[in-house]
Amino acid sequence: MLERYNIVNRFKEDHLFITTKVETALNLARANSVWYLLMGLACCSIELMQTGGPRADIDRFGSLFRATPRQSDLMIVAGTVTLKMAPRLRRLYDQMADPKYVIAMGSCANCGGPFTHSYSVLKGVDKIIPVDVYLPGCPPRPEALTEALIKIQEKIKKEKYLMKDET
Amino acid sequence: MTEFALEEMILNMGPHHPSTHGVLRFIVRTDGEMMLRATPDVGFLHRGIEKIAELMPYESFMPYTDRIDYLSSLNCNLGYALTVERLAGIEAPEKAEYLRVIGAELTRIGSHLIAVGALLLDLGAVTPFVHALRERETYNSLMEMLCGARLTHHYVRIGGVAFDAPDGFIEKALSFVNHLEYEFLDEFNKLISFNSILIKRLANVGIITPEKALEFTLVGPNLRGSGIKFDLRKDEPYSIYDRFDFEIPSGSGKFGVQGDAYDRYWVRIEEIKQSCRIVRQAINQMPEHGEIKTKISKPFKIPAGEIYVRTECPRGELGFYLISAGGKTPYRLKIRTGSFSAMTIIEELSEGVMVADLVAIIGSLDVVAPEIDR
Amino acid sequence: METKKLIELLGEKLSSFIVKADKMPNNDLLILIKKESLLSVMDTLKNDLELKFNVLMNHLGVDYTESFAVIYNLYSFKLKKKVTVKAYMEHENPEVDSIESVFKGVNWFERETYDLLGIRFRGHSNLKRLLLPSDWEGHPLRKDYIYPEEYNGLILKREENCK
Repeated sequence: MLERYNIVNRFKEDHLFITTKVETALNLARANSVWYLLMGLACCSIELMQTGGPRADIDRFGSLFRATPRQSDLMIVAGTVTLKMAPRLRRLYDQMADPKYVIAMGSCANCGGPFTHSYSVLKGVDKIIPVDVYLPGCPPRPEALTEALIKIQEKIKKEKYLMKDET
Repeated sequence: MTEFALEEMILNMGPHHPSTHGVLRFIVRTDGEMMLRATPDVGFLHRGIEKIAELMPYESFMPYTDRIDYLSSLNCNLGYALTVERLAGIEAPEKAEYLRVIGAELTRIGSHLIAVGALLLDLGAVTPFVHALRERETYNSLMEMLCGARLTHHYVRIGGVAFDAPDGFIEKALSFVNHLEYEFLDEFNKLISFNSILIKRLANVGIITPEKALEFTLVGPNLRGSGIKFDLRKDEPYSIYDRFDFEIPSGSGKFGVQGDAYDRYWVRIEEIKQSCRIVRQAINQMPEHGEIKTKISKPFKIPAGEIYVRTECPRGELGFYLISAGGKTPYRLKIRTGSFSAMTIIEELSEGVMVADLVAIIGSLDVVAPEIDR
Repeated sequence: METKKLIELLGEKLSSFIVKADKMPNNDLLILIKKESLLSVMDTLKNDLELKFNVLMNHLGVDYTESFAVIYNLYSFKLKKKVTVKAYMEHENPEVDSIESVFKGVNWFERETYDLLGIRFRGHSNLKRLLLPSDWEGHPLRKDYIYPEEYNGLILKREENCK
């Protein structure tokens, strides 16, 4: 376990100190406290709520919902994005503090899903904001959402966060 | 004592707000904590379902009815199937009708659990919501057993249902309703319903008189909360609801005035109980063997004509006005939902109440965004 | 009450307005009226002591390509009967009286019909778009509606193999 994160325990006797790269420690901390913005738009929001509920319990992975974009690291776009909602969604995304991640939950957020035939639905949330993980399903099960969160965590752990240019 | 001048402020609530149940927006004119008027702005989830209906063959539109109201998808399926069947002159086999009723009542339970849980979550209590979700997970597993989907069931088909009940489903459904009626509801009531904080937040808030309820065409539990005993399952029995014995709970001003938010909350709790009774009776009466689907012609066409069929959804009357021109697709399909009319009354109720009470009013009306916008 | 009896009763009360009365497959009653008489028909249906159709269940508009129609579904607690009122109008500049003065709850229904079908309601207190954004062009439920390809910089064109 420790080797996986490049953490070396130099003082095996008393387990008091560990040494690692700053980046790895930061990433480990970031990956295990991904707070998500409760962006429930349609059907998927019920599954999103139930993922936070007693059975799937996404709190196990250090994730809990925040109602404000200022405090969240992850936006789970759960549901159909309509043209009326699209500018608001973009504004909420802009308000989130960097670094930020996006899960497009459900077919509607991926590509319009069953509503591609509609005149008022945006065909995929990736047309307005960058998406990190696409999660198919209509709606995806809580287990699938948990898997998507783990994918985000893996991505965070691999990031060279401190080497990034500030732009 | 200094006189406070009236300072009007316009506050924007939503469309992304944790206590607006999906994407609704309110433009709230307030003077401090007192609200002058809250004007709803809807349409953030308008997906054009009615236009899609005109492009789809009758059978292919069924999955879309799941998404009209995702909390009561099976009831929406049933409403649409009944509309098409009545216009086409098809009848579903008896066993299918029983399976439909069992599914519909279980869905009603699941929907009301979210309704009361979310109301309490909006009022600031997280624990009751978790209690409700725990029970809802059992319902989800039951429906998954029946049709393979947790949320959007797509179980009812034109002329019957998709699958027969699998082995073990009946026993599990029975133990679920028994647990709900005899254990869970008592515990929930003791812990939450009769909690004095909840009573203070809900009693005497958002009072809707029977006259006003009719004027604004409220339906379902919101109408019954105002004291009008009207339930389509009883007053205009569809499917096989005339074979069951159940009561229609209605608001009586349990802790406040008739038609307040607490009455609407209490009607939903009581309805869970009645749904449990219906499920139990349906399971007892259901024939063990039999057809589950009437064969329909392919391609499926129905004669020209128009019909309005309404059924009782957890959020009230769900009506489909179907106009057929004799083709493979509907000529026009209008979906009338309960939340749509519940939304119109909020502007009227919001005059002169506190901002915090607005949340209680929205929650107690159990508004679901896709039902308004479709 | 039998549907037949109701037809007779309505014929008596609204004899000068009804163009045609029909039975629907659901045992309901459909009455066809001229659009000019809509307000007085609604007023009689609601306020007549023998009829008392005081619940407006549903309202919709339909595009019949050469004409438009508005449909109202009413319910009477007294008679336990439903009645459907239908009125046709011309396709050019469709306009009809708003029945808001009789049924207050129709406000949003009429706004929705205006939004999606472009039927104007004379005397409506707040006839604005309800569901679509206020800068939207066209009325989607019309049969000759062409899907927009772009909205405020968002490209909406459907892919060819999507259908």
